[in-house]
Amino acid sequence: MKAYAISGRAIVLGDDITTDAIIAGKHCRMADPERLAPHALEGVVVNFAGKVKRAGAGKGNGPLGAIIVAGKNFGVGSSREQAPLALLGAGVKAVVARSFGRIFFRNAVNLGLPVLKCPRAASVIRDGQTVTVDLAGGLLRCGGEGRVLPGERLPLFMMGILDDGGLVPHIKRRLMDGKA
Amino acid sequence: MAATASEKILARHAGQKKVTPGEFVEARVDLSMAHESARIAIQSFRKMGAKRVLRPQSVVLVLDHRTPAECEETAVVHRLVRAFADEQHISNFYDVGEGVCHQLLAEKGHVRPGALIVGADSHTPTAGALGAFATGVGPTDVASVWATGKIWLRVPETIRVCVEGKFPPGVGATDLALSLVGRIGAYGAEYRAIEYCGSTIALTGIGERMTLCNLSTEMGAKAAIVEPDQTTMSYLAGQGAAFNGPAVRADPGASYDVKQELLAGELEPMVACPHSVDNVRPVRKVAGRSIDQAVLGSCTNGRLEDLAAAAGILKGRQVARSVRLIVVAASRTILLEAIRKGFIGTLLEAGAVLENPGCGPCLGAHQGVLAPGESCISTTSRNFKGRMGSPEANIFLASPATVAASAFRGVITDPRTVMR
Repeated sequence: MKAYAISGRAIVLGDDITTDAIIAGKHCRMADPERLAPHALEGVVVNFAGKVKRAGAGKGNGPLGAIIVAGKNFGVGSSREQAPLALLGAGVKAVVARSFGRIFFRNAVNLGLPVLKCPRAASVIRDGQTVTVDLAGGLLRCGGEGRVLPGERLPLFMMGILDDGGLVPHIKRRLMDGKA
Repeated sequence: MAATASEKILARHAGQKKVTPGEFVEARVDLSMAHESARIAIQSFRKMGAKRVLRPQSVVLVLDHRTPAECEETAVVHRLVRAFADEQHISNFYDVGEGVCHQLLAEKGHVRPGALIVGADSHTPTAGALGAFATGVGPTDVASVWATGKIWLRVPETIRVCVEGKFPPGVGATDLALSLVGRIGAYGAEYRAIEYCGSTIALTGIGERMTLCNLSTEMGAKAAIVEPDQTTMSYLAGQGAAFNGPAVRADPGASYDVKQELLAGELEPMVACPHSVDNVRPVRKVAGRSIDQAVLGSCTNGRLEDLAAAAGILKGRQVARSVRLIVVAASRTILLEAIRKGFIGTLLEAGAVLENPGCGPCLGAHQGVLAPGESCISTTSRNFKGRMGSPEANIFLASPATVAASAFRGVITDPRTVMR
């Protein structure tokens, strides 16, 4: 298994960010991440895509990228895959939340967007702080202070889907291996 | 070991003797459904390198979310889905105007008790009204089912909800469901299945059961099940899909995560206030708030009994001048029957705007989008900020009777104060 560790600057959000808030129904006639990105979290964060870009403009060893750190029930609501697609399009590297809407969680894994359930992250992490999502360990490491917040490790087969880059390449590989 | 109905259905489809909550299984899917969400499913299916849908007869495709196409981009999506249905010999394809996917699944005989159903729509648990384990997934999930016939699922814990007694006048399934969302919260059933039982449920028709299972999604439920009974069997026979197999039932002594008990006689008309479905209050507590739009319809409440309840209140009356009342039947069959019974004539005479069967304005894409500062009372399933247009609009969710009473008065109104 790949050792999954994703570092980035935290964009801290509140509780109950719905799929309608992540991407409104009126934009779901589109499905391209690049076209959805400018509308991601419209009405929650002013110019979210711009904020992700600025967060990613790291010094030294290349761009850092942004990691969403949210409260409870992130992505509650619709089955629209446009929600994780819009976040990916905006350049989000991973989502950490106290809890997730069930279908958003599936969709994120299926699209290869790493997700981590971490109960205390949103109350501890500050906006702009550098964090590292340690998927293999099921942990969130806070940059600078060396603090580690426990989270929930993903089941092995979900890690397998993420390893393959999402459900599409995962099934493609299985179909080619004749194991589907 | 004693098992819940959900556990039995999942075990059977995973090819196992038993399953345990928290366990992940790969289960054989009996039926998969997608609507305009099929667009992403088709893209994913192609990228998977799949050529043929494994069992085309187990696939249902419906165009309902933006119908007729409200813009060119949607028209292209519709064309893509039509062409795919044709190419893959998917005969269960329902084009623009047939109705909402969840209604069509039940009405056209696609739902079998004990079946495992997945749909690329969050309100797929609606099919649990007929005793199926039905759950919402993403469109790429559906593509994988087309390609492999299987899906990965976490076996949910089960919540048992027992409701006893008769609904008082002016109170129904929506009020029961909203009371329950208010009690357990929008996350109260997350990752869990709900199984409904009790004398109240036994007395309800399939339409009311669909309302209840549909709104279970707003409690976070992965699936919601009403065990099949004589009402279920009569309904299925009436749809030309008679079911003679053994119905899946929970074992006595099955282990439940939580048990909830409600008395129908103690319920009253309820409303979910902005901007979350669990912000629930009795209608009388918010009565008098002015509204600009009233919506009657959707997969939650667009069935014959819902149109009848509204027509009963609005017969011989006029919708308030300050209100736009939008009516959307959940299917063509329902619309035709409502026309025959005179409900649609009554609603049109009262001043309603009639739309084609489908999702209508529920998802905020067209057919009744709200301006900033406007308020809407709706029988639909979500009142999230920005759901029906402007993020600065307010959406209240309530029963068909409450929506009709409110459209009549121009302000949120307890239906018991205007019932004749």
